[in-house]
Amino acid sequence: MYSLVALGFVLIYKASGVFNFAQGAMVFFAALTFVSLVERGVNFWLALLITLAVMVVLGMAIEKVVLRPLVNQPPITLFMATIGLTFVLEGLSQLAWGSQPHGLDLGIKDVPMEWLAQSTGMFISQFDLFASGIAAVLVASLALFFQYTRIGRALRAVADDHQAAQAVGIPLKNIWAIVWAVAGFVALVAGLMWGARNGVQYALTFIALKALPVLILGGFDSVLGAIVGGLIIGASEKLAEVYIGPMVGGGIESWFAYVIALLFLLVRPQGLFGEKIIDRV
Amino acid sequence: MLYREAGQFKSTYAEDQQIFPIRQDRVAVALLLAVAFVAVPLFANQYWLSAILIPFLIFSLAALGLNILTGYAGQLSLGTAAFMAVGAFMAYNFVLRMPWLGVIPSFILAGLCAAGVGIVFGLPSLRIKGFYLAVATLACQFFVLWAIQRWGWITNNSPSGVIAAQKVEILGYVFDTPQRKYLLTLSIVAVLALLAKNLMRSETGRAFMAVRDMDVAASVIGIPMMKTKLLAFAISSFYCGVAGALYAYTYLGTVEPEAFTLDLSFRILFMIIIGGVGSILGSFLGAGFIILLPIFLSILFGALSHATGMQIPHSVISNLELIIFGGLIIFFLIVEPHGLARQWQIAKEKLRLWPFPH
Repeated sequence: MYSLVALGFVLIYKASGVFNFAQGAMVFFAALTFVSLVERGVNFWLALLITLAVMVVLGMAIEKVVLRPLVNQPPITLFMATIGLTFVLEGLSQLAWGSQPHGLDLGIKDVPMEWLAQSTGMFISQFDLFASGIAAVLVASLALFFQYTRIGRALRAVADDHQAAQAVGIPLKNIWAIVWAVAGFVALVAGLMWGARNGVQYALTFIALKALPVLILGGFDSVLGAIVGGLIIGASEKLAEVYIGPMVGGGIESWFAYVIALLFLLVRPQGLFGEKIIDRV
Repeated sequence: MLYREAGQFKSTYAEDQQIFPIRQDRVAVALLLAVAFVAVPLFANQYWLSAILIPFLIFSLAALGLNILTGYAGQLSLGTAAFMAVGAFMAYNFVLRMPWLGVIPSFILAGLCAAGVGIVFGLPSLRIKGFYLAVATLACQFFVLWAIQRWGWITNNSPSGVIAAQKVEILGYVFDTPQRKYLLTLSIVAVLALLAKNLMRSETGRAFMAVRDMDVAASVIGIPMMKTKLLAFAISSFYCGVAGALYAYTYLGTVEPEAFTLDLSFRILFMIIIGGVGSILGSFLGAGFIILLPIFLSILFGALSHATGMQIPHSVISNLELIIFGGLIIFFLIVEPHGLARQWQIAKEKLRLWPFPH
């Protein structure tokens, strides 16, 4: 689940070197838009399409309005701009759709599957399985997209070296617009998954912060890293809460992930699957 | 015409090295301080003092602390609010457990405690930098708040976690009215700002900037990396700690963990970005901007709904404020990425030539 959010970060970071803090707000925005449309009686698939269109347009608009004028600024400035963007998106989504939490029902029940429980003794929720299935499909298709299509190749070229890519005739601006559109799409999927699990509410924006240790663990620029990192963080967080939590008074879930990431940084600063080149001191 | 240093000759080393080498600057700073110390407490009303000026000063101090770390030493930090929280709670404990110490020494000790925490969480900066460091300081943010809420000793086993701050009393003189609180805050901020200004001109400050600009080159020319970075964390956290103590004692009147959330860290980061990274003046400008913007917006909306006769629901206003706030931040970053301090610099250059541009 964390992986899905982290994926959006990785995509943008990989292609444009921007750490997009607004990804959490985008997730929230997507989920809220979808829920509100469905609640207003719009057909499920139609709502999905509309939201997708909105997210793609939003992503492109962000690229055009916010990031293009900021090209060649230091990363910290870009980072701050995305924080500003977070405020705008949060305000916008609550202004448009109201701020009360919504329930989201995707039609998949969050109950352990009986046949699996009987045959193996494991309790795995149907919904979790579905979510991981979606994540897997998404990752696979993105990997294929990156690896084999013309646009994917262009994306990787841009990520490698902006100037060289431009020199061989890759339209930099279009590529960034595409990246942001894809990030919007990933945000939509993540928003639906999280929304169905925890309800669509303001707290969704905070998962962006949880995605940070995932990124650290997996490496900022690796899609695979985002997945594995998400798994490790998600699992260790819960395990730590259960096993270490009682020793120190509980509630460690909120920061344990960061500590893992921190310890990890000391050993392997580039993350599990990150590229070796890294700012090290 | 007015702002020109022609004819001001320096005949001693001391004159050459003073903080404000231009006479007009010295006059302006002296005037500003005089107004702040004398005129403002006399004429400003309660609302201005306690709702705008005191937070402005406190946030300026915190922004100054962060600017030392991020702007001068180049280490990105998202844990500012945590250092402020350490300062506030340690000040509370010092005042509570060692009442013979006095308030000012308690604040200083609290700042030192924050500096200690800063050093511990600055340790990762020896190996990492940039966003990775930001995440490390994020860990600090969450950990400190958690620790404060868990360990009863820190909050003196207060069940709600919200503690009323004790009275601020120095040598039998009680700082209870907004005027007195304002003066106390102003004095501390002025002293610390002067210290910071001088520190950044000294060898330490130059070492910070060398590390910021290129750490490898800095270590090659013999700047001890570990000492410099940890010192930057310590000094920055000290400033933030004192700011946190002031925040709790002269502004909020309570010591509570909820006041020091991640939002506060971000606000302070915004202040230095908008004000100007690596500039003492920028910290003040940025703090003023961030403090005044929401107030200005709410006044604007009040006037707007008054003029049009429309009753805008409160939630809409707060969301609109959020949008405009974020939008303005983006706008500022695009238009002036070097912050308000840069504008001030340009204005000064222009003023030197005015009214004859050649």
